[in-house]
Amino acid sequence: MITPAEYVREIPAHHRLEAGRCKKCRKIYYPARQVCPECQAREFEPLSLPREGKIVTFTVIRVAPSQFSDQAPYAMGIVEVQPGVRLLTQVVDCDLDKIEIGMPVSLEFRKIQEDGEKGVLAYGVKAVPR
Amino acid sequence: MIGIVGYGAHVPRRRIKVEEISKVWGTDADSYKSGLVLEEKSVPSSDEDTISISVEAARNALKRAGIDPQKIGAIYVGSESHPYAVKPSGTVVADAIGATPEVHCADFEFACKAGSEAMFVTMALVKSGWMEYALAIGADTSQGKPGDALEYTASAGGAAFIMGGKNVLAEIEHTYSFMTDTPDFWRREYQFYPEHAGRFTGEPAYFKHVLGAANGIMERAGMKPQDFTFAVFHQPNGKFPLRAGKMLGFSRSQMETGLLCPIIGNTYSGSSPLGLTAILDIAKPGDRILMVSYGSGSGSDGFIWKVTERIREAQDRAPKTREMIAKGKIQVDYGTYAKYRGKIKTG
Amino acid sequence: MDYWIVGLLMDSHLTINPFIHQSIHPSIHYPKQMMLNFKTTEDTVNREVVILGVGMTRGGEHWGKSLRQLFVEAALAAIDDAGVDRIGSMYIGCMSSGLFNGQEHIASLMADYLGQKHVPATRVESACASGGAALRMGFMEVLSGLNEVVLVGGVEKMTDVSTDGATYALSTAADQTYESFYGVTFPGLYAMIARAHMHRYGTTRKQLAEVAVKNHLHGSMNPFAQYRQKITVDEVIHSTAVADPLNILDCSPITDGASAVILCSREIAKKFANGNPSLREKPLVKITGSGQATDTIALHSRQDITELRAVAEAAQQAYKMAGKKPGDIHLAEVHDCFTIAEICVLEALGVAEKGQGGKAAESGYTALGGRMPVNTSGGLKAKGHPVGATGVAQAVEIVHQLRGEAGDRQVKNARVGLTQNMGGTGGSCVVHIMEAL
Repeated sequence: MITPAEYVREIPAHHRLEAGRCKKCRKIYYPARQVCPECQAREFEPLSLPREGKIVTFTVIRVAPSQFSDQAPYAMGIVEVQPGVRLLTQVVDCDLDKIEIGMPVSLEFRKIQEDGEKGVLAYGVKAVPR
Repeated sequence: MIGIVGYGAHVPRRRIKVEEISKVWGTDADSYKSGLVLEEKSVPSSDEDTISISVEAARNALKRAGIDPQKIGAIYVGSESHPYAVKPSGTVVADAIGATPEVHCADFEFACKAGSEAMFVTMALVKSGWMEYALAIGADTSQGKPGDALEYTASAGGAAFIMGGKNVLAEIEHTYSFMTDTPDFWRREYQFYPEHAGRFTGEPAYFKHVLGAANGIMERAGMKPQDFTFAVFHQPNGKFPLRAGKMLGFSRSQMETGLLCPIIGNTYSGSSPLGLTAILDIAKPGDRILMVSYGSGSGSDGFIWKVTERIREAQDRAPKTREMIAKGKIQVDYGTYAKYRGKIKTG
Repeated sequence: MDYWIVGLLMDSHLTINPFIHQSIHPSIHYPKQMMLNFKTTEDTVNREVVILGVGMTRGGEHWGKSLRQLFVEAALAAIDDAGVDRIGSMYIGCMSSGLFNGQEHIASLMADYLGQKHVPATRVESACASGGAALRMGFMEVLSGLNEVVLVGGVEKMTDVSTDGATYALSTAADQTYESFYGVTFPGLYAMIARAHMHRYGTTRKQLAEVAVKNHLHGSMNPFAQYRQKITVDEVIHSTAVADPLNILDCSPITDGASAVILCSREIAKKFANGNPSLREKPLVKITGSGQATDTIALHSRQDITELRAVAEAAQQAYKMAGKKPGDIHLAEVHDCFTIAEICVLEALGVAEKGQGGKAAESGYTALGGRMPVNTSGGLKAKGHPVGATGVAQAVEIVHQLRGEAGDRQVKNARVGLTQNMGGTGGSCVVHIMEAL
C-alpha cells in the first residue's frame, strides 16, 4: 500500500503523468529519472505525457491481490503514449473480450487503491477505450 | 465581463436500468419509470469517486478554457460524497491539474446544491479582482438506501466551470439565492445512507425553493420565461424539474436540452451544472440560459447566463456531455452495482 | 602485482587451510582496473571451482518444518554428500524471509543452526534469482581464494502466509510504484509477455501447455519434485484461468524448500577425495562459466517485451567464460516460473531462434531423449519453486545429471549442463555452465 509520503512524491508521475526528457539525447523516460541509461546524461526537462495511446500487450487478471479482488476480473495493459514511451495500467470500462493489441485508449484519472477502510486513497490513471 | 471561460463534464459509463432495481425489490418498474421520468442511472465503478470525476471534468474545462492552470486562484469542489470525511477533495484536483501551490481550495457541501455554491463563490472572487480565474466543480457519487425510492435515481457525474473575466463563453448576468431551514433530506455523521422526509421533499422543499429562486431572479432581471432559450433546474428525478418549469411558464423545448436525469439519474451536486454543460454544448451566441439549482436543507441558487461569440470555438475542444453519456455505456446488473457501491458487506 | 589479492590469485602454491577464513588487510585498496579483470578465466589463472556436494529438500508444503529446519536439512545433505566437516563461509539465496516469515538476518541464523560457529555468512537477494546469485557469489569467493570451501544455499518458506500474502511478497519483485501499484501480479506480467509473443510470433496456446506437460513428465521421475503427476495439454488449456492467456497449470507453485551445494577448488577436492573413497567414484563437476546481468525491472520499460535481455547477456558471459556455444550444452535447467518463461529463455540462451521457442517443447527437442533436455528435474513447474532456493536447486539437478545419478530421468552422456535463474520478469539473471571432469 502506498504511504502518505510516497503518495505525495508520486503525484507528478501518477496524477500528472510527468515524464523526463534527457536534455542530451532527447529520450523520454516515464517516470522521470536521474541518469539517462542511453547516454549517461544527468539533466532532464519535465514534460507531461499525452493522455492517449495504444495497447502494446495486455492480460486479464482473474486471480487478483486482495486490495484489487473486488475489481476482478480486470484487464491490465502496457500502453504506448509516444513511440517508446510506455506505462502499465489497468484497462477499464470495456468488454474484456474485445481488448486487442493496437487498440487506441485514453488515460483517465481513477482511484487505484484504498488502504483499507481507514487509510489514504491512491489515485492514478487507467486506460479506457477511445 | 465575468462568466464561464471553460466548462467540462464527466459521467461514469456504467448504467443500471430501473427494471434491474425493480426486479430485486419487487416494485413495478413501469410505474417508477413514468413516475420518476427516468430510464436508467449512471453507476460509478469501484475506481470512480467524486475526486476522479472532478479531475476529469476539470481537465475538460481546462481544454475549453485553454488557460494555464497556474493562473487558477481558487478551486472549490461541491459534493455530498467527498471520499474523505476529513481531507479536501479539492487538493487532489488542484495538484492533478497542475494548479498548486498558489491556489485557494475548499470543499463545499450543501446536499445537491454544493456545485452551484462553488460556481457562485468563484464568480464572486473573479469579479472582486482577487484572482484571474477560479474553478468550480459540482460532482457526486451519491447513494440511496437499498430498496428506497432514492436508489432508483441517486447516480454519479460532475461538471466543472472555470470562471474568469476574459474570453468568457457565457457571461453571468444575474445571480440570486433563496434559502430557508428546511430538513427534507439529510445524512448524519457516520451514517452511510441519507434519510429523507418522503412527500415533504416535494412542495415545501424542492418546489418552494426552486420556484422562489426562479421567480426571484427573473423579477430582479426584469425577464420572463420567453426571454430564455434554455432553462435548467435541479433534477432529483425527471418529473420535478419539468413540473417546476411548467409552473413557471417554460416550455418543454426550453427545458429538454438540459434535462439529463432521464438518462443518467440524479447526479446531486452535478445535476443542474451538468445540465448547463449540455446546453452550452449546443448553445449559440446570444442565447440566454436560466439555471436554478436546489439543495436539501434547503435552498436554490439562480443564475442567468448569456452566451457569447466565444462559445463556437470552445464547444468542440472537449467531449460534449450528451455524446459522452451515450458513448460506451455499460449496463450492469444489481449484483455488480451492489458490489461497486459497497452495498455488500465482505467483512 | 604487489597487491596482496593479486598475489593470492597468482600463487598457485599458496597453502590454504580451508577451515580458516582469511580476512583482507584493511589498508589494501584495489585499483578499479584490477577488479574488472576478475571477469575472465584468463585472468583468474589456475584455480578451478568444483561442486563437491549437493543436497536439497523435496519441494512442497512442509507444514512441520520451519525456515531454518528446511535450510539445515538441505545444507547437511550437501555437507554429507561432499564429505566435508567444516566450511569456510556461506552464501544464502533467499528472496523474502521478511515478508514470508517476518525474519531477516537469516544468513547468521542459518550459520548458527547449521552449527558453523562464526563463519562469514551472507544472504543474497535478487528476487527469484537469489539462489543463482548466491551461487555466483560462492563461485567468486572460491575463485578469489578468499575461502576454499564455501557453502551456497537457498531457502524459502512460503506457506506460512496466506496465498494472498505470498502473492504480495512475490509481487515485490516487480516495480512496486509503477507496476504492482496498479494491481498487476506476476502471472499477469508473464501473461503480457505471452500475449505479445503469441501476437508477434504466432506462438500457440498449445505450445505454452507443452512446456508444462514436458516438465510434469520430467518431474514424475524426480523423487524431489513437488508434483509427480503427469498432465496433459488438454488439462493445462482447461485449467483455471489466472491471467489470460495463462492458467493455473502454466504457473509454478508456491513451495517450501531449500537446497545447497558445497563449492571448493579442484585441488582441495582432490585432497578430500583422497581421504574419502566414496567421493572418488563420483565425477567432479566444475563450474566453467558464470554470467550475471540485469534489465529494467519494469516490463513496460523494455524495448521488446518478448526479449529477455538479461538472460541473453548473462548467457553470453557464461558461454564466453566456458568457451562454449549453445550447441555444446547437453542439458539445461531453466527458469520456467511460467510456461512462457521457458520459451523466452530458450530464445535468449540461443537454444531456439527468436520467436521459435514455442516449438522446442512441442517438437520434443527439450524433452528427455530430445536433442537438448530442459528441466529434467521437472523445472520450477513440477519440482516446485521455493524462490530463493530455486537457483541452487538447478545446480543440484545438473550435478546429479553430470554425475550420472539422475535415475529414470538420466540424460545419457551428459557432460555439459547449464543453469539459468532469473528474478522478476527477467530484471536479473544468472547463468552457470557446469562440466563433468
